Amino acid sequence: MIVGEQKPFEEIWEMVKDHKQLTVFGCNTCVAVCHQGGNKEAGILASQLRMRATQDGVDIEIVDSGIERQCEHEFFTSTEDLLVKSEAVLSLACGIGVQFMAEKYKKTPIYPALNTTFLGDVIESGHYTEKCQACGDCVLGVTGGVCPVSRCCKRLFNGPCGGSSDGKCEISKDLDCAWQLVVDRLEALGKIDDYEKVQPLKDWSKDRAGGPRSFKLEDF
Amino acid sequence: MTELITKSRLEKVLKNGHQAVTSECGPPRSSDPAHIIEKGNLIKDYVDSVNITDNQTSVTRLCSLAACIHLKQQGIDPVLQMVVRDRNRIALQSDILGAASFGIHNILCLSGDHQSFGDNPQAQNVFDLDSMQLVQTVRHMRDEGKFLSGDEIKVPPDMFVGAAANPFGDPFKIRVPRLAKKVACGAEFIQTQCIYNVDKFEKWMEGVRDRGLDEQVYILAGITPMRSVGMARYLSKNVPGMDVPEELIERLKGVEKNKQSEEGITIAVETIQRLKEVKGVAGFHIMAIEWEEKVPEMVERSGLYPRPAVD
Repeated sequence: MIVGEQKPFEEIWEMVKDHKQLTVFGCNTCVAVCHQGGNKEAGILASQLRMRATQDGVDIEIVDSGIERQCEHEFFTSTEDLLVKSEAVLSLACGIGVQFMAEKYKKTPIYPALNTTFLGDVIESGHYTEKCQACGDCVLGVTGGVCPVSRCCKRLFNGPCGGSSDGKCEISKDLDCAWQLVVDRLEALGKIDDYEKVQPLKDWSKDRAGGPRSFKLEDF
Repeated sequence: MTELITKSRLEKVLKNGHQAVTSECGPPRSSDPAHIIEKGNLIKDYVDSVNITDNQTSVTRLCSLAACIHLKQQGIDPVLQMVVRDRNRIALQSDILGAASFGIHNILCLSGDHQSFGDNPQAQNVFDLDSMQLVQTVRHMRDEGKFLSGDEIKVPPDMFVGAAANPFGDPFKIRVPRLAKKVACGAEFIQTQCIYNVDKFEKWMEGVRDRGLDEQVYILAGITPMRSVGMARYLSKNVPGMDVPEELIERLKGVEKNKQSEEGITIAVETIQRLKEVKGVAGFHIMAIEWEEKVPEMVERSGLYPRPAVD
């Protein structure tokens, strides 16, 4: 899923404080799982903004709402009227939702309340970790199911580097060395000999480097 | 003697059957080359080739290529260190040709320290290739006379290709296979991480010999003298992948503070002397970080002076 973190409150306030009306709009799927951008968080953030507006004597009407997904047209039906009438929207979606709305409501300012941080999982309640960078050419089949692109800080395809120490990465004792994990997995799978297969040069044109990506199902 | 492939002095020394001695100099954080030229001249007669580091520890410095050219002009055989952290495959191939055009005949292919250690932790990192793929790239350019794209290089780069090895990195069990991978990629010489835990290094070398890798690649043992007990403690605690045994720290602690640097040199010399006898050690890479003036003394005391005349 997509993980995001709410921006510092001051940064959010600075973006929106000059409007007379603001809709604080949650996105109740990915970023709700990490308790940052769901409809519940939209309600809380709206309350905080109202309190700040009162404190500062700023005249701004703040309403909160939300939908299940801000990245697909069909989910917007129930809130269409509200959004059309909004002077500005503070979106708690990831960067995708913010852009989707900006394209949908061409004359309405849409502000991001979150920093979209990564594609990750929930390793335990309240703890999210990056697992994928959508590089466009998955190598998990040869790395024992551990991604070197997102989990090795040098994204080495033939790791580990010389900085791997006691299973940890050279940049932080709190970070697992991805290549230690690869080696451990290959060993568990009885495939440690595969370690010596040299991984070829990566085709980064399938990644961000190749420009914005898209694909279209011809039958739809 | 095995057939010479390049004009590298390092290659000549090794293939003539001598134990090679290389050292390294870090370029200045300035556009004035005087200091690096001075350092190069200080050690010139005591080593066969001199590595120039490439923005080591990710701190911005005068570029490795320019510093290599300055040393080349002093009659030194430079080893261009090149990290994949800062350049994509276009820039890497371009710099390789540029270096070769100045008669730089050695390259050491490295990943590079992560930028979080340096003066620009906010920098983007590249890592288009990894160090092994860079080894493959240089060999492809030299041997096939082609760019990665397959386009022809009219005059291919004439370079002796090296890589690093850290026998002390984890997991230990893949450190010999990792060397085998670098050899398979085309590494012709190896310079290792600084060796303090000699027993562990010898264990690694045993694994290297068991697979016959010492017959396929020249391994230069990395030596860095300790200047103080403080440095030993720092390396032990703060540098990942560095193995400094407690007994070495104790030995330095046991001598007076103003004698510790002298003791550090003695330890380095003893290490060289012990490793000279280890089968498969083809030479030494002395990294006297900002202490280049001590290199001549270390080379002499280790019985590695004079250096052979091969040109």
